[in-house]
Amino acid sequence: MANETELAKLGQSLAAWQAKVEQGLAKFPERGSVAASRLYTPLDTAGIDYAADIGLPGEYPFTRGIQPTMYRARLWTMRQYAGFASAEESNRRYKYLLGQGQTGLSVAFDLPTQIGYDSDHPLARGEVGKVGVAIDSLADMEALFAGIPVDRVSTSMTINAPAAVLLAMYIAVGEKQGVAPASLSGTIQNDILKEYIARGTYIFPPKPSMRLITDTFAYCSEHIPKWNVISVGAYHIREAGSTAVQEVAFAFANAIAYIEAARAAGLKIDDFAPSISWIFTAHLDLFEEVAKFRAARRLWARIMKERFGAHDPKSQMLRFHVHTAGSVLTAQQPDNNTVRITWQALAAVLGGTQSLATCARDEAIGLPTEASARMALRTQQLLAHESGAADTVDPLAGSYYVESLTDSIERQAGEYIAKIDAIGGAPAAIEKGYIQREMADSAYRYQRDIETGVRTVVGVNRFVVSEPQAADFLQVDPAVGERQSERIAALRSRRDNARVAAALDALRREAAGGANLMPRLIDTVKTYATLGEICGVLREVFGEYKAEADI
Amino acid sequence: MKNIRVLVAKPGLDGHDRGAKVISRALRDAGMEVIYTGLRQTPEQIVETALQEDVDVVALSLLSGAHTYLFPRVVELLRKKGLGGILVIGGGVIPEADIPALKAVGVAEIFTPGASTAAVAEFIRNNAR
Repeated sequence: MANETELAKLGQSLAAWQAKVEQGLAKFPERGSVAASRLYTPLDTAGIDYAADIGLPGEYPFTRGIQPTMYRARLWTMRQYAGFASAEESNRRYKYLLGQGQTGLSVAFDLPTQIGYDSDHPLARGEVGKVGVAIDSLADMEALFAGIPVDRVSTSMTINAPAAVLLAMYIAVGEKQGVAPASLSGTIQNDILKEYIARGTYIFPPKPSMRLITDTFAYCSEHIPKWNVISVGAYHIREAGSTAVQEVAFAFANAIAYIEAARAAGLKIDDFAPSISWIFTAHLDLFEEVAKFRAARRLWARIMKERFGAHDPKSQMLRFHVHTAGSVLTAQQPDNNTVRITWQALAAVLGGTQSLATCARDEAIGLPTEASARMALRTQQLLAHESGAADTVDPLAGSYYVESLTDSIERQAGEYIAKIDAIGGAPAAIEKGYIQREMADSAYRYQRDIETGVRTVVGVNRFVVSEPQAADFLQVDPAVGERQSERIAALRSRRDNARVAAALDALRREAAGGANLMPRLIDTVKTYATLGEICGVLREVFGEYKAEADI
Repeated sequence: MKNIRVLVAKPGLDGHDRGAKVISRALRDAGMEVIYTGLRQTPEQIVETALQEDVDVVALSLLSGAHTYLFPRVVELLRKKGLGGILVIGGGVIPEADIPALKAVGVAEIFTPGASTAAVAEFIRNNAR
């Protein structure tokens, strides 16, 4: 904002200052591992045009936030990720969290559910109820939300390959509770491309997977306008080892592919783009993370406006959830994790997130206990009500460092996206292994830095103590798999199996055709066909994805 | 001396393969021959690959909590195939409380979050047949 004469003068005094500092370095050397520059000044932000690049909150390009008053009006949604064992046990944890002041639900499903296998499938052995709740049919989904009015709580579901089926079950649960689809609000993750590169719960090949996603886009834009039809996963790309820039770039490249697929299916950008949401991580570098969120908002707004011609401001806004990074938590000295999580959450708040999930201190060991789950929620409540971080909009704007970082992350992410465009877009870049290789290189570098001591991990490679691990983590009862299998057997004997078979036949026919599958899926789940039966039919028609094992 | 051959394997349905890939590269950089199975391997598939590839070590990576079933199952099947001499190690989000039972059935060592790849390589060098 300074004029050129002032900047020139600053340049001279800065050069003199740097020279003086350099002389002193022999006596007071700087730590070698610091990535940032020594000092940021107006010279670093001279190229930024306040009105065009930063602007005002609630206005294009949304660098400062997507709402005019941000947390002064309404705090972010506190949405802890939870789910384990059976629907009944998870239902009890949800009610506990809601009772403790949580404001939204976030459902963790177990791996068989995420991969479309029933709990009694041979491949499900050992996995049932472990990383989330086991859902085999609408009966489990009804138990999961028993006593929780689905028109008064927003529910986020971490489900991808079978997202359309779980959404169909949620719609059916709503119907049973007397809630029309239009009154439901929530999110399905529904982001298959990042499953191929980072998270691994794919089922079908890319093409039919993209069709299922487009079907949910079309169905929701007509029937469930408040539903977020996708939560594009930047989080998982970062957790798999990529850098902050790659997190933004690869997730954006995936989202661009979904948008292009939806447009190719005849949808209009402003009809579906407002229901695109995001999930990012909050990693350890406080300022880089804040800058990442600001840069991502600005870059996405520009992509939507300039590349896709979106006019509705809601299409241009990057609305996102943040989950603090789990991969940085340590099994050693787990209390340290509470401190890490606190500043990770602070980064998300300073970065203007719409909702937040904080990890629990014991997640490098196992599932969180009720006490540690409460501590994680309290961390958010302390930040919201005591720290002052939520009192003004985008408080770090104007920091020479943060603005300069914001600029550089936006620029570098843009360069990566251009590279991926040149390869032919995200699906082609994934097929060629380009994105996977870039991520694996970053992950390996990160590990090397820890092992060579370039990066300090307190309690792991410095300040180490030898102590026994606390034993108070949550253990899922190994019998949960058998109990789920018994429930499926009981379900199969009491439901109308002729009706189930007819529904599955109809699904098979429609899957082979081109119609939107959502209405048929809703009808099918209502017959209490199991998730495994439904995905089994879709596997027959669509085939299964086989990944390359490339290191 | 022949290089140590290591099969890095992902049993079960867990899709977290950052650790498996990092370990694979690190062991390769440490001079070992590494075969990575990719995701979603049944214990039967892992044992078959171990046999086909004539490996000295099977390194299992799992973060889903299913290790209490899947790790012992791999050891059991290896023995049935007469491959009991293969060194089996594991890594991932594995509570300390689960480790004694895994070692009792024949998993030689468990590496938990924070373990260095150098320590894994050293363990293999000292213990592979």
